[in-house]
Amino acid sequence: MAALRLEAVTVRFGDRTALDAVDLDVAEHEIVCVLGPSGSGKSTLLRAVAGLREPDAGRVWLDGRDQRGVAPHRRGVGLMFQDHQLFPTRDVGGNVAFGPRMHKASREETERRVAELLDLVGLPGAQRRPVTALSGGEQQRVALARALAPRPRLLMLDEPLGQLDRSLRERLVIELRQLFRRLGTTVLAVTHDQGEAFALADRVVVMDRGRIAQTGSPVEVWRRPASEFVARFLGFANIVPATVRGNTADTPWGEVPVPPGTPSGPCTLLIRPAGVRPAEAPGRGLPCTVTARTLRGGGFSELSLLLDPADGPALEASCPLREAPEPGTTVTVTFDADDVVVLGRGTEDGVA
Amino acid sequence: MRSGPGTGGGARGTAVRLALMAVPAAFLALFFAYPVAAITARGLYADGRWHPERFAEVLTDPGIGGVLWFTLWQAAASTALTVLSALPGAYVLARYDFPGRRVVRAIVTVPFVLPTVVVGSAFLGLLGRGGLFHEWGTPPVTGPVAILLAHVFFNYAVVVRVVGGLWAQLDPRQEEAARMLGASRLAAWRTVTLPALAPAVAAAALTVFLFTFTSFGVVQILGGPRYATLEVEIYRQTAHLLDLPTAAVLTLVQFAAVAALLACHARTVRRHRGTRGLVDAAGTARRPRGARQWALLVAVLCQIVVLLVVPLAVLVERSLHGPDGYGLTHYRALASTDGTFAVAPQEAIGNSLAYAAVATCIALVIGGLAAVALTLPESGRRVGRLVRGFDALLMLPLGTSAVTVGFGFLIALDEPPLDLRSSWILVPLAQALVGVPFVVRTLLPVLRAVDDRLREAAAVLGASPARVWREVDLPLARRALLVAAGFAFAVSLGEFGATVFIARADAPTLPVAVARLLGRAGESNYGQAMALSTILMLVCAAVLLALENVRTDRSGEL
Repeated sequence: MAALRLEAVTVRFGDRTALDAVDLDVAEHEIVCVLGPSGSGKSTLLRAVAGLREPDAGRVWLDGRDQRGVAPHRRGVGLMFQDHQLFPTRDVGGNVAFGPRMHKASREETERRVAELLDLVGLPGAQRRPVTALSGGEQQRVALARALAPRPRLLMLDEPLGQLDRSLRERLVIELRQLFRRLGTTVLAVTHDQGEAFALADRVVVMDRGRIAQTGSPVEVWRRPASEFVARFLGFANIVPATVRGNTADTPWGEVPVPPGTPSGPCTLLIRPAGVRPAEAPGRGLPCTVTARTLRGGGFSELSLLLDPADGPALEASCPLREAPEPGTTVTVTFDADDVVVLGRGTEDGVA
Repeated sequence: MRSGPGTGGGARGTAVRLALMAVPAAFLALFFAYPVAAITARGLYADGRWHPERFAEVLTDPGIGGVLWFTLWQAAASTALTVLSALPGAYVLARYDFPGRRVVRAIVTVPFVLPTVVVGSAFLGLLGRGGLFHEWGTPPVTGPVAILLAHVFFNYAVVVRVVGGLWAQLDPRQEEAARMLGASRLAAWRTVTLPALAPAVAAAALTVFLFTFTSFGVVQILGGPRYATLEVEIYRQTAHLLDLPTAAVLTLVQFAAVAALLACHARTVRRHRGTRGLVDAAGTARRPRGARQWALLVAVLCQIVVLLVVPLAVLVERSLHGPDGYGLTHYRALASTDGTFAVAPQEAIGNSLAYAAVATCIALVIGGLAAVALTLPESGRRVGRLVRGFDALLMLPLGTSAVTVGFGFLIALDEPPLDLRSSWILVPLAQALVGVPFVVRTLLPVLRAVDDRLREAAAVLGASPARVWREVDLPLARRALLVAAGFAFAVSLGEFGATVFIARADAPTLPVAVARLLGRAGESNYGQAMALSTILMLVCAAVLLALENVRTDRSGEL
């Protein structure tokens, strides 16, 4: 039985549809991450599950029970808010103890649970500290401890790391995943940050204007974006209309090889930057001028190149630091069929 | 339009809201609308029909015309004088950091919580017959000049609080940005700061106009027989001339004027709330720099001393000034009963404190329920309109003739099941009516500032809606609740217009006792009035100073 099941859940704000007949299952112990730009309806999804917004149509099931008409405080789910929403009038211990207190836990039990959770999130002994004096990362940990304290059957995270700086975010997201694995928590998180989603989730759900655009493992979604929307949202830019004929496709950049078995006909084509191979030696291929190069931060030793081809729109390529051509040089570009993806036509037409 | 935790979409939320509104609505209907309607009906309904022609009769009466004209121009002049004289003070107290700033801020606020009767007595002691200046040989000053001065004294705090409160929160960097773009200091002030302040100035001016338009105690004491505001005239017509039709017409005229003013006020406050770019008030004050800024600071402090401190000091001086030099003669006299007073005047102290305490409790319950009902998350446009209407309704007692309410109590609440004529509870009920708007205005901004998601966080953690309120709203509103209680207490202590009708002869309140003593000839009565006023002033000042310790700049629009 799914820990959480959404059946055609629809939420409207006036004449705007925030969630449009969304179906979603989350299995027990699974970590699912909803990924989408702002306004795609991801926070509304969490609010509908928490009972903070009753759906206009459709049903929410938790552990096989229809939640219609069940008040938020009786649903037994946890929700970590984007900006944490710690209670300013209570100290750290008071915040974490809130859930157990509401569930009528005894005083000793509550104290034990608070100490246990503060250990777990790496803030042992912080009970008496005022929450106003905490750093952003510490607040985030307290919010997590508070959400976990009443042992929710489903933990929901709304942009859990949104307000933290980059390095802290990258560290915390790995800690979170390990923690949830260890505890066996069922998690439904929403974020607009693909890195966060891919690092945290077993399964990623990409949302577009209230509908689910694609569902799959991080690797699946990354390798095979289902639509132009998903591809662009993931940051891919080399997307063009094309016509497939046999093993190649006609594109504004000329002929591009496609993976074997691609059906013939018109389509939208994505070439991942890794599949764009610039060579400084002249030869067969698309002549381009290097217009810019950017070092990718973090642990990557790759450069991102912006190319201006003789024909067609600008191209993005990635290549190792050592081999990168200088801006202004002319290169010849060939394409690798492994990094060419034929995109579906998107959710607008009802084709996922 | 998000619906709140546990409201289940709207229907249940609306039901809870209506249930919460029911008590304040019933209270207002029973103890405000019903008495006012009863007295109005008694004035305008006779021989089985209504008499609208009485409006024309009353309004064309030259005497009434004079009253209307005086009410209007003195209110306008008082407002202009108050705003002009208090703006520098608002600036200095908002933007300058100097030793003793907190004390000065407290001193400035004291007059606002003083009963009108005390203010009247203080200016009588300063300027009037037998006052300090008169004793020094200048002719006694009463009438318009004394009234205007007393009104400025009384409302200085309104401008300092409302305008200064916003001024302290304006980001100084906005003006700096304008300077960097090439604006002179004056141009930057005119184009950046002034437009940002304008709604606050308008709101403050409207508040002052409202208070001075309905002024009673001050005018009653300082106006003499020649000058009367509408409120004073209503009192004369009802209490002295027993001309109920005229009083009824005047009540309705005042009611209409006040309703219009409140509508304007609501609109400016709404705009005021939309002001963006506010920062924490604690970080904007700077030490004055240069001779000019120090000169401005000194000038403002001198103004505060002359305008606000001297009248109160004179009140104390007059109370100690006996026939044989300075002493406690008048205070001792308060303990004795002479023929005309049923009880010793000092008993009024105990009466006042007890009445005010009960009135505060009533006002807190009624105003608290109303404020909670008004802050429930909105669930639909129709409900939103209902909420705004309710909000406005709560303000009406502030501007309705207190005299009418008091007399209405006597006329309307004299039959079973509501025969309260001889009950002591009548006085606290009337006083609570004036306290409720203060409670609502103090609690509302604080409750509205509570982030709805904080409530949602509590709900998701397992707190029921009632529990959410207790665990989230209440702790955050605690300070505001204390401030509201203090305001309600001070306002109840000073309530005069309604109390003067319904306080029993053997149980007068402090303001009523002061007015009675002032109404009688004799140096001893005059001295006792000053002594009682001093006591009343000290009680109010003590309440206020206690409040200064719990008050934050964000709590309250008043």
